[in-house]
Amino acid sequence: MRLYLHYVKMGIKSQMVYKLSFFLLCIGQFFVPFFVFIGMYLLFDRFENLQGWSFTEVALLYGITHMAFALAEAFVRGFDSFPNLVKSGDFDRLLLRPVSTPLQVLGWKFEFTRIGRLLQGVLIFTWALSKIGLHWTLLKVICISGMLIGGIFIFSGLFIIFATVAFWTIEGLEIANIFTDGGRELSQYPLSIYAKSVRRFFTFVVPFAVVNVVPLSYLLEKPGYQSDLYAFMPYIGVFFIVPALFFWQFGVKHYKSTGS
Amino acid sequence: MKKLRSSYQAAIFKLRLAQGLTYRTAAAAGVATQFFWGMILIMMFTAFYGSQTSVDGFTKSQLTTYIWLQQAFLVFIALWIRDLELFELIRTGNIAYELCRPINLYSFWYTKLLSSRFASAALRCLPILVFAYFFPKPYGLELPASPTALLLFIVALVLGVMINVAISMFIYISVFITLSPIGSLLIFSVVGEFFSGMVIPIPLMPDTLQKVLMCLPFRYTGDLPFRIYSGNVGITDAVIGICIQIFWLLFLPLLGNFLLNKALKHLVVQGG
Repeated sequence: MRLYLHYVKMGIKSQMVYKLSFFLLCIGQFFVPFFVFIGMYLLFDRFENLQGWSFTEVALLYGITHMAFALAEAFVRGFDSFPNLVKSGDFDRLLLRPVSTPLQVLGWKFEFTRIGRLLQGVLIFTWALSKIGLHWTLLKVICISGMLIGGIFIFSGLFIIFATVAFWTIEGLEIANIFTDGGRELSQYPLSIYAKSVRRFFTFVVPFAVVNVVPLSYLLEKPGYQSDLYAFMPYIGVFFIVPALFFWQFGVKHYKSTGS
Repeated sequence: MKKLRSSYQAAIFKLRLAQGLTYRTAAAAGVATQFFWGMILIMMFTAFYGSQTSVDGFTKSQLTTYIWLQQAFLVFIALWIRDLELFELIRTGNIAYELCRPINLYSFWYTKLLSSRFASAALRCLPILVFAYFFPKPYGLELPASPTALLLFIVALVLGVMINVAISMFIYISVFITLSPIGSLLIFSVVGEFFSGMVIPIPLMPDTLQKVLMCLPFRYTGDLPFRIYSGNVGITDAVIGICIQIFWLLFLPLLGNFLLNKALKHLVVQGG
């Protein structure tokens, strides 16, 4: 843990070398998704509601999803750009050190410009919370924190899985974006609005549903979602990281260096 | 002069095509990614339609066609596609060599950017169009509304990419002043993409905003040709739209050329 904090400190220092470009990239990270949000607002303006969901309800989900994605991307960035590490043969060096490989890859790179996206998510989240008028209970606080934590773990798991694929492909896979960026785009709306096959996929393969439509329905006290057990459901998302890490270990075992 | 330009254009086109063909798997992966991305967007937008089939004259099938064409011709309409070489030329001072050439810098770069967009589109658009066409009924790409619509679509699409390159030239010109492309790329890509209907289709925007966008060049790059294709914009309106396209195509390069010459006058190339 001390080592990890040290990695974080180094990461911040190295990104602050180019202050102006860091600042501009942060602004970009704020505005690119913010325009997507404006688009969402305009769609609600035209259609009034989305299969029974109101704008503020979806905005709440949007805020949480983007917060989770931004945090995962900032701290798990090392895995996101991992294919370069394999390609250059630099992964060999990590294997020689007496520290676990996931920790080293985590500490290899951070992307603090994602603070722009995070801020955007926080703003929209707080705005939506203030408008929506929830009946607060302790369980709902647990539930909302779970949506964020579970979301971070699911996105991180996806980053790790696609980093592992690079052990075989050497190249980074552009198609991975469909699951990470695409997962984010889809799960900023309640998953119940999509076709059955898509819903099934995001329930049983990548479990976005446990941090998405189910806890949201519980928070809003939608009929059929009164049981307090639903408050703990988002924490299931945390376990998505377990198979991801197993897959990683499996990949490390099959690693053949590209040489240099 | 003219001959030089067209032979240069052909050379660039061939070179980029060859480059694209070398990285076939990358191109295939790109096509697959765009294809899935189109599906995601279509799922999102059609969810808003619910059981409605048409909103203010913009039908569900026109919407899916709009999205598929956007994906297929992404390299024609995206403002964030840029030539890093040109930025480097300006930043490092190697621009001095470009200025020695006996040709107008604006038209030289314009041609270069245009031909590379055509080359990447040539590789990517067909597979997406074919796959999208054979996709199950409510989500598939429809055939053009009529043969005339198809013809006008092609004209508007080509004029559209020309307008788009003219807009993107302002990004390069701004680098003469700022020396870093990050800022202007950001503004152009975020605002431009929104105004050209790439975040949400323009027919789904509020009426007042639509009226404002009619007065800006951005929607004439992709939005107009895609709506001509699906018949959402009728034949007469299409012809009027193409006239407006021609206006922008005369005005933007004129302005760009003027600004570029102004920037070049104040240009100081350092060192060697």
